[in-house]
Amino acid sequence: MDRLEQEIRDTSKGMTPIVKTITRFAIGIIVIFGAYIILYGHLTPGGGFAGGVILASSYVLLTLAFGKDMALSKMGNTAASILDNSGALAFVVIGLLGFTGGYFFYNFLPKGEQFQLFSAGFIPLLNIAIGVKVTASLFAIFMALSIFGRFIYQAAEGEERESEE
Amino acid sequence: MEIVLLFLLAFMIIGSIIAIETKNLLSSVISVGVVGFNLSIIFLMLGAPDIAITQVVVEILILVVLIRATITTDNTSIEGPRDTFPFVSSLIFFGLFLMFAFFAVQEIPKFGEPIMKVSKEYLRTGPEKTGAANVVTAILLDFRAYDTLGEATVLFTSIIGAFVILRRKGRKGKAEVDEEKFGILEDEDIKQNFEGF
Amino acid sequence: MILYFLSMVLLVMGLYCLVAKKNIVKKIIGIVIIEYSVNLFLVLVGYRSGGIAPILVKGMQAEELVQKGVDPLPQALVLTSIVIGLGTMALMVALCLRMYEKFKTFDMSKINTLKG
Repeated sequence: MDRLEQEIRDTSKGMTPIVKTITRFAIGIIVIFGAYIILYGHLTPGGGFAGGVILASSYVLLTLAFGKDMALSKMGNTAASILDNSGALAFVVIGLLGFTGGYFFYNFLPKGEQFQLFSAGFIPLLNIAIGVKVTASLFAIFMALSIFGRFIYQAAEGEERESEE
Repeated sequence: MEIVLLFLLAFMIIGSIIAIETKNLLSSVISVGVVGFNLSIIFLMLGAPDIAITQVVVEILILVVLIRATITTDNTSIEGPRDTFPFVSSLIFFGLFLMFAFFAVQEIPKFGEPIMKVSKEYLRTGPEKTGAANVVTAILLDFRAYDTLGEATVLFTSIIGAFVILRRKGRKGKAEVDEEKFGILEDEDIKQNFEGF
Repeated sequence: MILYFLSMVLLVMGLYCLVAKKNIVKKIIGIVIIEYSVNLFLVLVGYRSGGIAPILVKGMQAEELVQKGVDPLPQALVLTSIVIGLGTMALMVALCLRMYEKFKTFDMSKINTLKG
């Protein structure tokens, strides 16, 4: 019996084993769909915003089904804030790189052939940056709301506990 | 087409009446979910699949967050008489607003015949200039990327604001004393807390 | 025409909920309804009868899109507005939970510490 089986059998946290088993199968499909929506945003309906929210909702599903420890082990608070900041930073940096061709947000990469995955210059890169940013920030705000404040200042609470001991 | 849209819009209005007037907070939140999913169907019928996808997933997250906000707290209705003055004055104001809105919507282009001065140029040259087949993405990330930059900034700011509101205590010890008091500080509190200055 | 007017009615209902209700969660719901109505109005203005989605598929010329496509500009702006709405709603829910923790109630008329 591996670790995931034990998590599923454990009824003390999260929802019932039925929900956990379904979540186990569904979560991979949701993540793949979110990644598809982000990566093909310039060819089909979708884009960074929709895909990012789908990825964030997969984490929300994980939190609701398995409890907050499982979700935090997949993406911790530090990782979430780093991803959030790096997404926003990547957006600005790609915009600034446009100065190599002339002006802010100049599409400096080659356009490529239309209807291909690697085409449209820097638009897929911007989609990925927005998707990462939206995923991380919405996941972080959901965790902060569901744990209500203890998420960001775990370190401070740890110090307090040490001083109490 | 227009008949179906009218039907869906009437359904949205009924859903929001229930959401506004029902006593139980949980059923009110679920009625808002009904309105949002209806809105995504309307977007899909209006030829906007991008927004329809976004609206569906955002609606799911809004429902989860709002249910989280209401389910652990008490969701009993608030008793007491309705204040007369805000009720009557808001009804009068909204009646006037609707009257002027009725005259105003006569002036804007008819439904189904947009002007599209700029958008025709975008549609004509967008796929060729940017290389993206989806013209909405081309506008969002190339022609008007400044808008998206501003959007990212607003999202970032609101998330940071929510973190600041939700944190238990500040990093410095002084804030712990301050946390017990809220509202306007008395004189002695100021003396007690800011002696060092 | 009547569609525009009905979205205005939706806006007014959200405003009424925002002004006249005492419960904070009801006020948040009012703001969410206002957002819906404004987004709906913007997309309704950009619709062209018999129009197709502004997405080029293989074998279609750009000129065909100009003849038949719906207005892509309001769609792009509404797309950002929806996600901003989610962010601001999370901020409002955070404020609301914090106030509930302090005052143990959602009733605005009982929260009178800042009065005067």
